[in-house]
Amino acid sequence: MNSTLKSILVPIVAILLGFLVGGIIMILCGYDAILGYQSLFNGIFSNSYFMGESIVKITPLILSGLAVAFAFRTGLFNIGVEGQFIVGWTAAVYVGTHFEGLSKVVHLPLAILAAAVGGALWALLPGILKAYLRVHEVVVTIMMNYIALHVTNWFIQEKMAAGGGTNTSERVFQTASLSWKQFSDWTAFSRLHWGILVALIAALIYWFILEKSKVGYELRSVGFNHHASQYAGMNVSKNIILAMLISGAFAGVAGAMEGLGTFQYAAVKGGFTGVGFTGIATAFIGANTALGVVLASFLFGGLQFGSLNMPYNSQVPTELVAVVIALIIYFIASNYSIRTLLDKIFTKGAK
Amino acid sequence: MEYVIEMLNIRKEFGNFVANDNITLQLKKGEIHALLGENGAGKSTLMNVLFGLYQPEAGEIRVKGKKVNISNPNVANDLGIGMVHQHFMLVPPFTVAENIILGKEPIKNTMVDIKSAIKKLKELSVSYGLDIDPNAKVSNISVGMQQRVEIIKTLYRGAEILIFDEPTAVLTPQEIVELIQIMKNLVNEGKSIIIITHKLKEIMEVSDRVTVIRKGKGIKTLVTAETNENELASLMVGREVSFKTDKIQSNPTEETLTIKNLNVKDNRGLLAVKNFSLSVRAGEIVGIAGIDGNGQSELIEALTGLRKVDSGVITINGRDTSKLKPRKITEIGLGHIPSDRHKHGLVLDFPMPENYVLQTYYKKPFNRSGILNFAEINKKAKQLAEEFDVRTPSEKALARSLSGGNQQKAIIAREVDRNPSILIASQPTRGLDVGAIEYIHHRLIEQRDKGKAVLLVSFELEEIMNVSDRIAVMYEGNIIDIVDPKMTTEQELGLLMAGKKLEPKGESAHE
Repeated sequence: MNSTLKSILVPIVAILLGFLVGGIIMILCGYDAILGYQSLFNGIFSNSYFMGESIVKITPLILSGLAVAFAFRTGLFNIGVEGQFIVGWTAAVYVGTHFEGLSKVVHLPLAILAAAVGGALWALLPGILKAYLRVHEVVVTIMMNYIALHVTNWFIQEKMAAGGGTNTSERVFQTASLSWKQFSDWTAFSRLHWGILVALIAALIYWFILEKSKVGYELRSVGFNHHASQYAGMNVSKNIILAMLISGAFAGVAGAMEGLGTFQYAAVKGGFTGVGFTGIATAFIGANTALGVVLASFLFGGLQFGSLNMPYNSQVPTELVAVVIALIIYFIASNYSIRTLLDKIFTKGAK
Repeated sequence: MEYVIEMLNIRKEFGNFVANDNITLQLKKGEIHALLGENGAGKSTLMNVLFGLYQPEAGEIRVKGKKVNISNPNVANDLGIGMVHQHFMLVPPFTVAENIILGKEPIKNTMVDIKSAIKKLKELSVSYGLDIDPNAKVSNISVGMQQRVEIIKTLYRGAEILIFDEPTAVLTPQEIVELIQIMKNLVNEGKSIIIITHKLKEIMEVSDRVTVIRKGKGIKTLVTAETNENELASLMVGREVSFKTDKIQSNPTEETLTIKNLNVKDNRGLLAVKNFSLSVRAGEIVGIAGIDGNGQSELIEALTGLRKVDSGVITINGRDTSKLKPRKITEIGLGHIPSDRHKHGLVLDFPMPENYVLQTYYKKPFNRSGILNFAEINKKAKQLAEEFDVRTPSEKALARSLSGGNQQKAIIAREVDRNPSILIASQPTRGLDVGAIEYIHHRLIEQRDKGKAVLLVSFELEEIMNVSDRIAVMYEGNIIDIVDPKMTTEQELGLLMAGKKLEPKGESAHE
């Protein structure tokens, strides 16, 4: 079997197997599997509102996935995407709720840029510690997540809250908003916004930096083998820091999608959003490529949103829905065994 | 004649590629049988067939005269066949004893009976002269001891026939001497051994018979005592191989690299290079001989800009490079073939084209305002692969997928192509077979004849003697003497390397 065919077939078989086993579990628990899946798909595709909201869910996942994937490709494990995401969200809303009277062409890019810079700066410290003191970035970025959560909560409460005892900032000015009335009209008042375009452009930028640019070549080289890169005259420390900065910037822009698009404000959070952590999974399933991350985000975001519909239409409890989704992801993640399985089937067929 | 193992007309194919083409190998009881062939000749494939990792397409295997079907390594183990792999299969955080019993743990009252295991290991250790410490952690012991652990592991599992896959590749000369003794002990105790290698010297020293294979075909089986290194080499390579590298008289001109009173500290902060002075002139090869750990690696790291110079001056083409960064030094005209090609020479997970431009990617024509021109990079890769005969599975194959010899050729291609005034080659032929060694020596001498300076660092005396025009012997961070290879012997060099200064005699002038 040729390898292109295989690389297409493996994820498809994985997804089908995931659905199959998920269905068996639903049946074993006494629920109607067909109806369950029907309501899952209806929850994504049955009307324009669901489709719009699915894309709303998918948009930040693409960016957080790109953030994790970028670090992976350059030899780093950025678990701090969640924290960088929160900082980016806050920074975007801060800029979005200030500077009244700016034109949209300036204000919106400025707010997105602020998110990118915020995310990048939040990744800077782990980068510096890794580059110069060899402190493992996993430990530092996890800690930075908690710092981000509580520092931004304080900042939102003290500096941005609308007053009157609320925990929520003002809404961002229209000039900094990603939403567009037409989208809302087309999708029955869903929160669909321009962010999906931003995310797809980010995926293009990701691909270009890593695969085409001189900077990306250095980053990949240092990521694979920093000894050889140093021998070849590259500045290893500089590249580690740069990798963290770029990864953090993607994470920050993911935050801007929520702050300027979906919610249009920042609020005090009781806990992590999970967007950054899901990014680890989308990066992994997308094999750290731009296209892979985009597709994986569509799968994840779609399942996450569509599954909300399952308890209503098929009485499958939310907990079981989570199990089914986890199974599908599990089968995709275990693509190695599926590869082996396919090899066996096909070699037997050949003989 | 009783054979313990007979592999008759074994054929193994991978797709269209025939890795083993009707090879026959017969192992007598109590003999050390060498399996000789170049890298990629099919030695490992043949042994993996014997060990049950591959199934042959044709041919049969007999153990003690009985036809067997070795479908997996467990069957091989049960038949008393044990393999000592080149890359050890050990769990580093486990102790020696834990590693050895792994998968065959003695159980007493549902608990692993480590005490009786240790007792048994000590017996094995004494009877075969294999010095091990059962309670030491594998991550803390030397490579030589790790190998002994692998050997005991096979004995513990009751192996009668031991396969050694390139056992000396990772060992120091002292450890090789010990290993040869161990192998002789094993044979005296009634074991039979197959040793896979491409090192002729070791074959002559240790084996009783030798089977030569070339490009997947069995060429000949000889009695070691009735053959010699030259015959084996030409059988293996398929043509005459000269061990003495041919070269014309050197014609050195101006000094390209000058090192004056250099002091360099090692990782522990102790002086590893002490008040070291040496010059290398254009058109000559200076060899640095010495036992590993006498400051050679620190010296090279200082020359290439990877290690801070404590004091002293390094001049390349008239410019002081002692405080410069690696890239600057490279641009001034230094090329470097590092001793560890996997760690320092290549990015193994990069395709070959990207490896060829590792030092030049930021320059035109490969880089145009921050965007890499892959058409140019691929063109360069193609040109170098053709010029230096680097054989790759495909043009964009990962560096990882190349054989050691081809990886080294690729590094040399890259370094020589930049046309450096001084080329530093550190252990350039480690782990390579005679054909590749010959090629690399030829390329080094070619650089010299083009009027470049070459600094060769090697632990192999033969290489130093053959290739260098002058030999500087390094001992405890300093040069103990500089000698002319034509007027010295390996014995004299050996003494110098051990720190014993020779009586003054008519040696070549230096400075």
